[in-house]
Amino acid sequence: MSEAAVVEKVRNVTEHTSEEVEKVKNWINTEEYKEKNFAREALVVNPAHACQPLGAQMVASGFEGSLPFVHGSQGCASYFRSTFTRHFREPSAATCDAMTEDGAVFGGQNNLFEGLENAYSIYKPKMIPVYTTCMPEVIGDDLTAFIRNAKNDGRIPEDLPTPYANTPSFNGTHLHGYDSMIKAVLQNLTTDQKVEDKCTGKLNIIPGFDGNVGNLREYKRICDMMDIPYTMLADISDVFDSGCDGEYKMYPGGTKLEDAADSINAKATISMQKYSTTSTMKWVGREFSGASEILPMPFGIKKTDDLLLKLAELFGKEIPAELKAERARAVDAMTDAHQYIHGKKFAIFGDPDYVIGIVTFLLEMGARPWHVLVSRATKKFQKEMDALLASSMYGEGCTCYVNKDLWHMRSLLMTDPVEGIIGDTHGKWAARDAKIPLFRVGFPIIDRVNLHRTPVVGYNGAISLLSMIANKFLDITDETCEDQWFEMMR
Amino acid sequence: MKERKPIEGISIEKTEKLIKDTLAHFPDKAREKREPHVGANEPSVSSCAVKSNRKVVPGVMSQRGCAYAGAKGVVWGPIRDMIHVSHGPVGCGVYSWGTRRNLMQGIPGVTSFPLDFTSDFQERDIVYGGDIKLEKLIREADELFPLNKGLSVLSECPVGLIGDDINAVAKKMEKELDKFVIPCNCEGFRGVSQSLGHHISNDSIRDHAIGKRKFVEKAGPYDIALIGDYNIGGDVWAAKPILEEIGLNVKSIWTGDGEIEKIAATHSVKLNLIHCYRSMNYMCKVMEEKWDIPWLEYNFFGPTKIEESLRNIAECFDDKIKKNVEKVIKKYRPMMKAVVEEYKPRLDGKTAMLFVGGLRPRHTVGAYEDLGVQITGTGYEFAHQDDYDRTAPEMAKGTLIYDDVSEFELEEYVKELKPDLVGSGIKEKYVFQKAGIPFRQMHSWDYSGPYHGYEGFEIFARDVDMAINSPTWGLVKSPF
Repeated sequence: MSEAAVVEKVRNVTEHTSEEVEKVKNWINTEEYKEKNFAREALVVNPAHACQPLGAQMVASGFEGSLPFVHGSQGCASYFRSTFTRHFREPSAATCDAMTEDGAVFGGQNNLFEGLENAYSIYKPKMIPVYTTCMPEVIGDDLTAFIRNAKNDGRIPEDLPTPYANTPSFNGTHLHGYDSMIKAVLQNLTTDQKVEDKCTGKLNIIPGFDGNVGNLREYKRICDMMDIPYTMLADISDVFDSGCDGEYKMYPGGTKLEDAADSINAKATISMQKYSTTSTMKWVGREFSGASEILPMPFGIKKTDDLLLKLAELFGKEIPAELKAERARAVDAMTDAHQYIHGKKFAIFGDPDYVIGIVTFLLEMGARPWHVLVSRATKKFQKEMDALLASSMYGEGCTCYVNKDLWHMRSLLMTDPVEGIIGDTHGKWAARDAKIPLFRVGFPIIDRVNLHRTPVVGYNGAISLLSMIANKFLDITDETCEDQWFEMMR
Repeated sequence: MKERKPIEGISIEKTEKLIKDTLAHFPDKAREKREPHVGANEPSVSSCAVKSNRKVVPGVMSQRGCAYAGAKGVVWGPIRDMIHVSHGPVGCGVYSWGTRRNLMQGIPGVTSFPLDFTSDFQERDIVYGGDIKLEKLIREADELFPLNKGLSVLSECPVGLIGDDINAVAKKMEKELDKFVIPCNCEGFRGVSQSLGHHISNDSIRDHAIGKRKFVEKAGPYDIALIGDYNIGGDVWAAKPILEEIGLNVKSIWTGDGEIEKIAATHSVKLNLIHCYRSMNYMCKVMEEKWDIPWLEYNFFGPTKIEESLRNIAECFDDKIKKNVEKVIKKYRPMMKAVVEEYKPRLDGKTAMLFVGGLRPRHTVGAYEDLGVQITGTGYEFAHQDDYDRTAPEMAKGTLIYDDVSEFELEEYVKELKPDLVGSGIKEKYVFQKAGIPFRQMHSWDYSGPYHGYEGFEIFARDVDMAINSPTWGLVKSPF
């Protein structure tokens, strides 16, 4: 081809006409578009879930002196650290063995050896939980053998706990990573710790993948009030909510390793999230001495009642007067404010246990959880949600969507609008397009301050949620009403 | 260049001792690996002694990202009118969604795409391969977002490991859709840092975009392209108007708030002005070789460097531009003087330490100095030798230079040098703030910005003052 012919092939830079833009801008809000959007099979746009090792890292951060260790690419480790740091506005230490191309060819054992040796001697952890990224999972690294070899080779002390979990990102979500890692840590720390007929009299609490440290503190406060001794497992509340006192502490808190080791002899174990602890709780049920229960996250009044009743039953305790008073105050707040929320339609998205909790609370308020969306969940979850919606007249006409993403949600909001959206920061694009307020609950919240410190569970959590929602609606009325409808009282 | 005045308390001997004491905590092999990456600055030598662009030492807690991060986050992501597909498992796309602050114009989902597009690989995709899914995905994306000007396919680790051929899929789909479909083999395990991701992305622009479009309007003598400005916090919107004010015609921006067809037509400009040398020098060199387009590095941080850069730019053009440059410099001097007069009294004599990415560890030094703040230590996450060679003359003798510094080292260095401010990234931020040390994120401008240009300097000065002089730091020590 001559040079002239080649030049001819070079096309002009184009601009869209304003008509074209206007047309598409309107089209993406239509029912027709929604149908096309829901028909897609391969493309995922704006998913509301993350990958397994993120969940594993949350667990690995939640023990005293524990240094999370990523076996795989360093970029992954940086992404997980950044994600937690942005949400909590706290340091998030984690190290990595930085596998590169040669690792892909020869396997990652050398990286793991060197990484463990350096991490141990520089950061002096009491435990190094190891979890994987895609890369070693695809090439089939054998963590069991590698870690055994590292100890045999004297890279790290034989008695250093090194629980490990395979957490491939192409399977499950951050919740499965949480599940695998906490099971691995407990298996490791409780090995040979079970003592026949011993009972510590304590309660084990597994909070699940919860980015709200206020929730964890609320569980603990409730136990204190009920005079129940407890061990919170994977306790990130001090790790990701440490004070500023002029000294950086790399290990500012977390479950004490000896408490975790003794957790196998506890009186009872409860998990506050079903979907992030499924396999762990199966194992706990088999191996731990005491009772084990999976409870729903205590959003709203009734699920908090259930938690308290369960604790009272397990430990033979009375529910103290202060908690009864708290309940009454929360109910008072709800009856006082019901008129601002009753009948309002909401879209809710996020992790399954959070979404179940939020829907429960909304139904208690007489609100309508109109669109419920989880971007990666099982049929079991769908059934559970359908049953929950069917349990209340306010759930009538509401729909649960699983394995749909936030671009699907945008179509729902545009064609069948609601008055409020409840979910994490990732919902802000759809919320803005639909001009619907987003109430930030869940993980991650990377565009507002301190929300992760305010509990959304328990009686106090119900008051917080309620106030956030009702007051925003009232703000909107005040900001948008015409002059003649602007009033002193609301 | 005139050598920086010495900083009180800083000497080569002291700095070398600090390095030695710090690395003494490392096991032998790790120490040997890290030693060449840290040094005391010697401004007069032609080649900086600090070694760079080598593998991360496993286990030391590096702050580096990966090739995918360099491709998606840095080079491709900011191009506003393309759909950028994170091809592989769900995580990479989620973590890099909206977390760099490369702002863009357009209507989201209609003419701009600040969304997370992913193939969300499942186990079956690993087993059977993802090429068919990718093909289908590209069709679906184009149908649902018809005003896109093209797609980039950014492969994540598993894609390269299982032997998928995204290049063949892209080629097929480019033909079918009759628009850009650009493959970028930026798997995270490639190379030693983000840097290779930049390079691979530059190569994909070279192979699949540049030269394939032309501007409708006739080429003019003042046509330039702005290279390596990613519009963090609106930087492009503060830099471009200055270039226009001096009479230049900015035809395309690589890649902040960029448009792919204009990028593809850049080969007709007269000069490439490059801000982030590290991430985009490759394409400048390609355009120089292939189309004889000269390129010039410039620095738009702080009035001293802005003036110096504007005069250097003027040298590439005729008297008209030279005159305009002097006019512009004169026009903004009073404004800059007012900024310095307001903030310098509160900042003069303070020190800061930096650890950032592509250009900022050296480019921002002048802006701090304009405010009376001296830099006692600086370093890069992913630089190469040529970056360090450009850094040495910008720093005073004996100051600390660190490459790919680990969390442990940086903490020790800060403890000893006691800067009044640390400027680094989100992962480092709270480590130092817990210790009561003022900090600004210098990748994202800490959700502020722009920092480029005249407009940006005013905001930069306000932010540095706010960070160092916030009354909240006075509350850190409890009286009991």
